[in-house]
Amino acid sequence: MEILVCVKRVPDTAENEIEVNKDGTGIETDDLVYSVNEWDNYAVEEAIQIRDKVGGSVTIVSVGDEESEEVVRREMAMGADNGLLLTDDAFEGSDGKGTATLLKAVVEKGNYDLILTGAQADDGAGQVGGMLATMLDMPYASLVNAIEMLDDKKLKIGREIEGGNQEMSEIELPCVLSIQTGINEPRYVGIRGIRKVASIEIPVYGAGDLGLSADAIGAAGAGVKRLDYFVPELGEGAEMLEGSTEEIVEKLIELLKAKGGIK
Amino acid sequence: MAKIFTYITFKNGVPDDSALELVNAAKQIAPDASPTAVVVGSGIDALCKEVAASYAEVWKVDNEAFAYPNAEVIRNVLSSILPQECILLVPHDTFGMDLSPGLSIKMDTVFMPDTVGFGGLEGSMLKCIRQEYGGAVSTHVSCDITKGAILNIRPGAFQPDESKAAAGQVVDKSAEAGDLSTKRVYLETVAAEVGDVDITKEDVLVSIGRGIEDEDNIEIAEDLAKAMGAVVSCSRPIVDAKWLEKSRQVGTSGQTVKPKVYLACGISGSFQHLGGLKGNPFVVAINKNPKAPIFQVADVGIEADILDFLPELTEAIENL
Ligand SMILES: Cc1cc2nc3c(=O)[nH]c(=O)nc-3n(C[C@H](O)[C@H](O)[C@H](O)COP(=O)(O)OP(=O)(O)OC[C@H]3O[C@@H](n4cnc5c(N)ncnc54)[C@H](O)[C@@H]3O)c2cc1C
Ligand SMILES: Nc1ncnc2c1ncn2[C@@H]1O[C@H](COP(=O)(O)O)[C@@H](O)[C@H]1O
Repeated sequence: MEILVCVKRVPDTAENEIEVNKDGTGIETDDLVYSVNEWDNYAVEEAIQIRDKVGGSVTIVSVGDEESEEVVRREMAMGADNGLLLTDDAFEGSDGKGTATLLKAVVEKGNYDLILTGAQADDGAGQVGGMLATMLDMPYASLVNAIEMLDDKKLKIGREIEGGNQEMSEIELPCVLSIQTGINEPRYVGIRGIRKVASIEIPVYGAGDLGLSADAIGAAGAGVKRLDYFVPELGEGAEMLEGSTEEIVEKLIELLKAKGGIK
Repeated sequence: MAKIFTYITFKNGVPDDSALELVNAAKQIAPDASPTAVVVGSGIDALCKEVAASYAEVWKVDNEAFAYPNAEVIRNVLSSILPQECILLVPHDTFGMDLSPGLSIKMDTVFMPDTVGFGGLEGSMLKCIRQEYGGAVSTHVSCDITKGAILNIRPGAFQPDESKAAAGQVVDKSAEAGDLSTKRVYLETVAAEVGDVDITKEDVLVSIGRGIEDEDNIEIAEDLAKAMGAVVSCSRPIVDAKWLEKSRQVGTSGQTVKPKVYLACGISGSFQHLGGLKGNPFVVAINKNPKAPIFQVADVGIEADILDFLPELTEAIENL
């Protein structure tokens, strides 16, 4: 089984307070800690587990700036066999369709049976996997939380649907699946693991290597464009309790009593 | 102006709340819009009639093959029946996430995921409002609708149109459904496991999120819940890490709870989490980040480290 896993380098929301920058053109990037998109880690772990069971290889691919190499390497340290980095100034400003177009070009250079993406990334879109599948004319399933190999032509998969219910289907290979968190427990990668893959060459592709015309990708090809960033105002906002911890605890207990929160 | 269609999702013959929300979403794109509803299913006459109370026109696509909604098949149906340059509104739920990105490629139009609002239409540029980073920041995003658009709309983001004054007509489009073959075949739905406690029946929930940091710290929340006479629930990452059972998860892919009081401890407030919180409870948010989105929806907020604050609160309640 030849498996391709798409991963994105994103600001780590658990490590950063994400804030809009002064002129509203983006988020504040000073001191941002980046990591691999949470969902993509589960996709890589799943790919490695499948390969370990049935053989084959796992290839990691990321579209991004040069720094994205570090997340490709990190995922290789988990146990993937190959890595690829797609980087070029011409890719900047790509929308979801642009990113899918780039990934399609990579898929067509290889011979993959299974392509995995995360369910969604930092901007909460959840679009690249489904677009890629249709571009490749492959079947697709989103929010996958279980994969079982039936034979070399078919998988049995579970999709997570509302209320925690699970929708079971059979899907033909080759296919594209977007992976939901919780499908497995991604393995821990230590410094030693990273060191082990530190000297592996990661091929870098630009627009020319992928044979793509400039108007299909980047800002020029984007039908969807971000105009500005702002802080959302939903409702009135909470009344913040201030004071010493003791005072706050006292106020909170009064409120909880009044609302029936303490029995 | 391109014609607007809405996709109606339903369960057991009852339309989802989004069916009425999409009417108002369409009106925010163009105030005089009269969208057409598309209903795809099997044995859906009564359903279409109900939807026609809110839409001037309902397109029915009825076939046994649609007894269970398979996104791959429905992409074929929609690209067969819809005019090339239309705007289609789809609820951004687990079905809409499955359906729409691929449909936009098939129909060669733009796709806007998880739209929460609109900021006006100028020429062919539609301004949409979205959120990023779990709701920490919002963005205005322009979308060129010259060749139509597929817009996924967040459930609950628009008010439902309850007027039911359309008395619309149902148009049967079943004959135009197109190719029904599929490489993905539905087998069955497995119901969520029932856990040791039923958080949906509790009046007071102490809910923990990733801010609890470590499995060993869950005790802190359990001690507080015990002192309050409450039960511990959680956000999704706690279940993904296998620290608590799935039955304790609040949210769209977990349980829908209706407590009187909800303590959100170290939870950022993503829409998928808040989607499981109903009945307008008194929400107390405790978070060390004063900019956490949860503070926008909570009644009372406390900026604190839960690992310090919760034990103090527990002790004070025990001493009452
Ligand atoms: C299809 C789909 C369905 C989903 N369904 C659900 C669902 O049903 N339920 C659900 O919850 N999520 C669901 N999610 C995930 C959701 O998008 C968020 O990722 C998730 O809700 C985040 O959980 P969290 O708030 O605990 O973690 P985070 O977003 O990481 O927030 C942690 C918060 O804790 C704060 N914090 C950290 N340390 C401390 C401390 N020591 N003291 C105080 N505060 C601290 C941080 O400031 C932050 O605000 C779903 C996602 C998808 C794609
Ligand atoms: N720049 C990128 N490089 C590689 N994969 C990506 C990129 N952007 C998105 N993806 C993949 O698509 C998934 C969904 O992302 P999105 O559609 O942006 O929410 C991610 O989890 C990744 O697997």
